[in-house]
Amino acid sequence: MSDVLLSLSGVHKSYGATRALRGVDLELRAGEVLALVGENGAGKSTLVKMLTGVVPMDEGAITLNGAPQRFRNAQDSQAAGILAVHQETVMFEELSVAENIFVGRHLMRGPFVNWPAMNAQAQTVLSNIGARFTATTLVKDLSLAERHLVEIARALSQKALVVILDEPTAALSQAEIRDFYGIVRKLRDQGVGVIFITHKFDEIFAVADRYLVLRDGTAVGNGLIADATEQELVRLMAGREIDQIYPHIDSVPGAEVLTVKKLSHPTEFNDLHFNLHRGEILGFYGLVGSGRSEAMLAIMGLNPEATGEFTVLGRKLDAKRPGDAIAAGIAYVPEERQRQGGILSFSVQDNISLAGLSRFATGPWLSAMKESALCQRMTERLRIKTQSPHTLLSGLSGGNQQKVVIAKWLGLDPRIVILDEPTKGIDLGAKQAVYQLIAEMVKEGLAVILISSELPEVMNLAHRVIVMRRGLQVAEFAKADIQAEAIVAAASGLDGSSDHAHAVAEGVAA
Amino acid sequence: MKNKLTIRREWLLLAIIVVIALAVGARAPVFLTWRNGMDIANDSAILAILVMGQMLVLLTRGIDLSVASNLALTGMACALVGKAFPEVNIVVLIIMALAVGALLGSINGWLITGFNLPPIVVTLGTLSAYRGAIFVASKGAWISDQDIHVAIKGLPREVWLGLPALVWFALVVLALSAVFLNLRKAGREIYALGGNPHAATYVGIRVPQRLRLVYTLSGALAGLAGLLWVGRYSIAYTELAAGYELTVIAACVIGGVSIGGGVGSVLGAALGVLFIGVVNGALPVIQVSPFWQQAISGAVILISVAVYARSERRAGGQILER
Repeated sequence: MSDVLLSLSGVHKSYGATRALRGVDLELRAGEVLALVGENGAGKSTLVKMLTGVVPMDEGAITLNGAPQRFRNAQDSQAAGILAVHQETVMFEELSVAENIFVGRHLMRGPFVNWPAMNAQAQTVLSNIGARFTATTLVKDLSLAERHLVEIARALSQKALVVILDEPTAALSQAEIRDFYGIVRKLRDQGVGVIFITHKFDEIFAVADRYLVLRDGTAVGNGLIADATEQELVRLMAGREIDQIYPHIDSVPGAEVLTVKKLSHPTEFNDLHFNLHRGEILGFYGLVGSGRSEAMLAIMGLNPEATGEFTVLGRKLDAKRPGDAIAAGIAYVPEERQRQGGILSFSVQDNISLAGLSRFATGPWLSAMKESALCQRMTERLRIKTQSPHTLLSGLSGGNQQKVVIAKWLGLDPRIVILDEPTKGIDLGAKQAVYQLIAEMVKEGLAVILISSELPEVMNLAHRVIVMRRGLQVAEFAKADIQAEAIVAAASGLDGSSDHAHAVAEGVAA
Repeated sequence: MKNKLTIRREWLLLAIIVVIALAVGARAPVFLTWRNGMDIANDSAILAILVMGQMLVLLTRGIDLSVASNLALTGMACALVGKAFPEVNIVVLIIMALAVGALLGSINGWLITGFNLPPIVVTLGTLSAYRGAIFVASKGAWISDQDIHVAIKGLPREVWLGLPALVWFALVVLALSAVFLNLRKAGREIYALGGNPHAATYVGIRVPQRLRLVYTLSGALAGLAGLLWVGRYSIAYTELAAGYELTVIAACVIGGVSIGGGVGSVLGAALGVLFIGVVNGALPVIQVSPFWQQAISGAVILISVAVYARSERRAGGQILER
């Protein structure tokens, strides 16, 4: 093995009271792929932000090729040769692909931007990675997967010593992922050090040479991939066995509470049919951007162009506004907690009572007593950790914020709860609590739709799993015959459903 | 690097301007004469200069409400200097106007980036502060025609190659803005950081520096406009151009510059200026009272923004295979 290219030692980082990293060491050699694995909230993203100069570290040292580094901003880190393909796409929608690739380091001719050279070079990089759009396309006209290719092209177009890939395959189909492996191997063969962040085990074993496992901000294990097994990695990541994380779901689905027929949208999804029973957890699995959330928004009356027939508890629902769906007994807990779910500048109590303020009315006034009673009931029931009901939501940890958002909806006593990626970005302890909560909800007779991109989640919790791909419902599995391979294949279009789906999609286009 | 929508939008705006001009010309043929055209161009020139500065600020998701106060303060400063030093050269005055304006603009930039304050609050504050400073500088007195330096008065009345000097100033500012925004790295980064400020940090754009730059440039252009304004109307007083910042912002919005940042072109903004110039020139010709003129201008802004919002409305993502 060659010399150490990049090393981190004793890195610490805290955000307020949250200690994101506590003394992490990392070594990366030239020409190797290091898989950085860990649960959400283990500190992977913070580590990336530090390496890319976006946030400063509190303590510790970074050396690159033996020279100590101090990154004050993103430019310092780029200049040193560290490039990242980010998990959240970092894109400028109104600008062209070429400009997105070169932004921050425009090609110049004298004092002016050299557009022809920039477009030409961008086009070369794009064709190298098999992109089928031109460099002058505006990014806002690209699909999610195509945007990822732009990000990858951005990293490839620079002379990089270290490339960090932060969950780059989250939105790619299986074929695109295989092309992507080729790109990663090419980088490695050129002597670039690659840090590959993912939580998909097949990817780790397909491309990585070594692994480093993070848990709760510390490195808990590392070694050669050749010597590792999946079980070992899972145990390191979780710090406990899988069956301890997921509660036992013993509710038996009862009467039908929701029927969805012919749910369609001009561009987002087509012809979805499904039903949901009392006490049932229905999993919706698919790649990021496969149309799951959009379909749920349609049920809530938040997607004006969608058409379809909904029956809730035997009655037709024609939701024009979310209020109609809420009144019918449906609650939707959105994916983007900070944008659609909770109001960070409101207190815990105000957030919990927000969805149905009319319940607290005493004449024309709101009764603080009734509000506080509900808040206390919910805080106890969901075991929300907060100093007081008047603490601002922004002062809570990610997991507790999520519980507050869920509490807000449970306070309305819904019959059907739609949870959209409820464990995104929260640590394992909080996840466990959310799973426990879901188990209790169905035990009480609620019906739950669980949208998740995490396979173990749907496999261990759901009674049935519906798989969506590119806006189509491509497969359905009952708990007894859920198999990881079959679900992944359906979600990424490798099984027989692919041809069928194509036929349907073409039918729509025609 | 324009998308289809802005191109369509710019053509549409141009077509509307032509239709209005022809319709008014049919009722009052005097409207379509060269002389009237030059009047409108002269009236629009100062607005165009201010609009270029405002557009830079709007592209970064900011707003500069202090431009009219800056214009008046710089104009007053130039008038006072001209009165005190009769031998002063016009070139010196132009440089002074740009420098004073830039200084006032950079104060906005420093307050916004230094204390992380919202641009609307900072420039609302400097709007009042600069206006107050005029009163302090002039002790509340007017500087009227006979005290305005002859070089200041003469400049807007010059005609070079058949076009008024004011129009030349505006054309040079438009051309420089187009070069800056399309061909300079800083200009492209302004589009990028306005479109996605979060991502701009990630790709290494120095956002605070760029923000200070746009407020300084907006200030410099406001200063230049101040000198030209004082010359054209041959007067300087505390309430000079009061409220004009709203016309400037209106022209930007009509021209397709997004208040939400990252979208806008020099051509569009210039057409927005022309539109306001033509409407304001046409209404008196067809004998519409000045009070109605304001209401009509306001209605036009609302209609244009509403039309734009409609065309921009999210049609849903493309998830199904095409």
